[in-house]
Amino acid sequence: MNLDARIPDGPIEQKWSKAKFDMRLVNPANKRKYKVIVIGSGLAGGAAAATLAELGYDVACFCFQDSPRRAHSIAAQGGINAAKNYQNDGDSVHRLFYDTVKGGDFRAREGNVHRLAEVSVDIIDQCAAMGVPFAREYGGTLANRSFGGAQVSRTFYARGQTGQQLLLGVYSALSRQIGIGRVTMFPRTEILDVVVDDGRAVGVVVRDLVTGTISSHAGHAVILATGGYGNVFYLSTNAKGSNVTAGFRAYKRGAGFANPCFTQIHPTCIPVSGDYQSKLTLMSESLRNDGRVWVPKRKEDCGKHPDKIADEDRDYYLERKYPSYGNLSPRDIASRAAKEQCDDGRGVGPGGRGVYLDFRDTVKRDGEARVREKYGNLFDMYQRITGENPYRVPMRIYPAVHYTMGGVWVDYHLQTTVPGLFCLGEANFSDHGANRLGASALMQGLADGYFIIPFTLGHYLAGVNAKDLASTTSAAFKATEADVRARQDKLMNVRGKRSVDSFHKELGLLLWDDCGMARTKASLEHALAKIPELREQFWKDVTVLGERDSFNQSLEKAGRVADFLEFAEIMCKDALVREESCGGHFRVEHQQDGEAKRDDERFAHAAVWEYTGEGKAPNRHIEPLAFENVKLATRSYK
Amino acid sequence: MSTLNLTLHIWRQADRKAAGKLVTYKVKNVSTHASFLEMLDILNEQLIEKGEEPVAFDHDCREGICGMCSLMINGRAHGGQRATTVCQLHMRLFKDGDEIYIEPWRAYAFPVIKDLCVDRSALDKIVTAGGYISVNVGSAPDANDVLIPKEYADRAFEAAACIGCGACVAACPNGSAMLYTAAKLAHLHNLPQGQPERLHRTKAMVSAMDAAGFGNCSNHYECEAACPKDISREVMALVNRDYAKAAWVHRDRDDKGDGGG
Repeated sequence: MNLDARIPDGPIEQKWSKAKFDMRLVNPANKRKYKVIVIGSGLAGGAAAATLAELGYDVACFCFQDSPRRAHSIAAQGGINAAKNYQNDGDSVHRLFYDTVKGGDFRAREGNVHRLAEVSVDIIDQCAAMGVPFAREYGGTLANRSFGGAQVSRTFYARGQTGQQLLLGVYSALSRQIGIGRVTMFPRTEILDVVVDDGRAVGVVVRDLVTGTISSHAGHAVILATGGYGNVFYLSTNAKGSNVTAGFRAYKRGAGFANPCFTQIHPTCIPVSGDYQSKLTLMSESLRNDGRVWVPKRKEDCGKHPDKIADEDRDYYLERKYPSYGNLSPRDIASRAAKEQCDDGRGVGPGGRGVYLDFRDTVKRDGEARVREKYGNLFDMYQRITGENPYRVPMRIYPAVHYTMGGVWVDYHLQTTVPGLFCLGEANFSDHGANRLGASALMQGLADGYFIIPFTLGHYLAGVNAKDLASTTSAAFKATEADVRARQDKLMNVRGKRSVDSFHKELGLLLWDDCGMARTKASLEHALAKIPELREQFWKDVTVLGERDSFNQSLEKAGRVADFLEFAEIMCKDALVREESCGGHFRVEHQQDGEAKRDDERFAHAAVWEYTGEGKAPNRHIEPLAFENVKLATRSYK
Repeated sequence: MSTLNLTLHIWRQADRKAAGKLVTYKVKNVSTHASFLEMLDILNEQLIEKGEEPVAFDHDCREGICGMCSLMINGRAHGGQRATTVCQLHMRLFKDGDEIYIEPWRAYAFPVIKDLCVDRSALDKIVTAGGYISVNVGSAPDANDVLIPKEYADRAFEAAACIGCGACVAACPNGSAMLYTAAKLAHLHNLPQGQPERLHRTKAMVSAMDAAGFGNCSNHYECEAACPKDISREVMALVNRDYAKAAWVHRDRDDKGDGGG
């Protein structure tokens, strides 16, 4: 497996400029002769589709939702980082780069992260020009707030719905291109496989979710921007439809899959309330700007009303343990600290699985009206879900699966190990290392879609003859389509007794216990023994009712869960082999004073998994990571 | 934790062309902390166990922002709790023994796909016609070069909070998409960046709304009451004024002729 990351030579500040100059271009008049397939319409995919169409390429964009405006980027709440230094508080491109590499616990590629920090400033300009209604000061300038893992205010936001506002910007740009005929949009259409012919990606096989029709589409290049795989845990903050199918199918067609064990558990989510629970709801990290996290000092106080617990009997454990970052410690650290308090028997709420996020002091200092202005919609959402008023009673929160740093391996050009197959946004692995900082996912999605792929894809296409568009009647397409149909038939024909959801829930619980916030050799070996059993049961006893060739939500889910059941195994294998703790990957055996203990000697690399065939063990390759600009050090937020 | 036993009357329809009907189901032991969609999940699990096809309904984020969920509950779009989508509606608002009628959005422009799922692509067509600012990536000035008074930025944001669910259309006796279209326009027209194309945009989007089969607005304001994001009917006044102006002074343009290529 070729893992040449193609990072340009030279000083880190000049790599991207140099790369852009060295890249080949496609003549404006020739661009329309190239067909580009984009899967996903979120910040990464939608931005890529719109921008490539602006340049003149012939774009086809697919999404499983009923409209491109509903991609899961829409749910991002808190904000988007950019090194504008509008607050004059010491920010710079280099500082954003440094914070991101450090926040990722030194498991990201320096070159990619620096480029991300560089283009972050252009993203804000572009979004403002498109009419994204960012929060502003009375003087008319843009407002900022702080997020975890940073000591500057560099986060731009639109109340608690920054994701929706940025996505509506992308959607409007995409709609413009759809209107003038440069993008053909396929909503309610799901990718089921990638077609690879003679080592190159040449197209995709998709299913029209309304009619059930399977069809093939050819392109000179295929871009996957299909989001993360957090739903492998069943309960997560992801939308119900989010899935790993595109990335996993690409893996099975030859694309390396990197660091699948790097999953992010977000510290501030509404705790689980019962076994009917279908998803977990995030309470934005921005709340940690003003909310203070605590648990009672004494176990016997846990059942008391919080008002009855005096200040000296409260343990503001983040402020105690990490005085300089306090409540704004990075996500992995804050999550583990919450688990630690609950494991110690000092958790609050049902089952003792919760900690308080308390706004009492802020309401006292700034008044309820100011708090409402900043966080009103989040407080309302909390109240609707829990029936409790967070202006009066502190919120109860607990960590939940939120984001996946791992993903399809890509080089500096965002190309996978399969030429012609590119991967953007959360679906790839490149920028966040072992832990993503808050407000950096939106930044990466838009960076990839607006500012990186338009250059790197052009460079690839310049080496492809426009006349060489694959035919969907070729042997490769026929074979892939046949595989897809066979898999659909197999799912329909099990005709067992158990629902798809029941398997998904069982898998999720297993992974949460064995490959969640804390992992051990024994727990991972347990999971690796159980997953194949569960998969076998699934293929014996799952039931998918309704028709294959029609609108069938059970069939959609069944395909996704079948892929999760296979994918879960490489995730656990990856966690087992990585015998160190870093970022979101916490191996209980590797810690020092309760903090993650990295092993840079053995693991300063990305682990890349290669599919070797049905029933065969995958190969693990490595891409070594060089740190030339940021000194490898133990992260300290103390 | 208290639980509910409920009688549900749910619209079942095999596909776009088939005739639909209300079918009655009993669902037992639903936690009051469950969301309305989780209650439907419980029903579906019960149906699957009995070998009956589960009820199809649209949903995705389940946190009130993607706009995918779309149910008429007892005749009210999203169930009638103020500023709340169905996915955020919780069962504690219902009583043990309640009978609940669950139907899809009903509007000429939203044909039923199956059971409770409808086709809302007509909403996308309105945006495709002009709901954007024509600025190619790469050509933006520094974001702080264009100052925007906070008051206008806030108004733009409030209009832009629309999640495109279509509740306004479903609630309107005329099946009009006026609140939706006006919210899209008010978002862009409260910003300086939205001014150059203001009249073209207004005319194009209103025409697209008519062409997509939405009815006319006759000021019932049911839309405002049903909106899960509290979009104010004020946005509609802005459109009417701009539309009148556009009819007099705007020249049609040819989008295909120029653009970015």
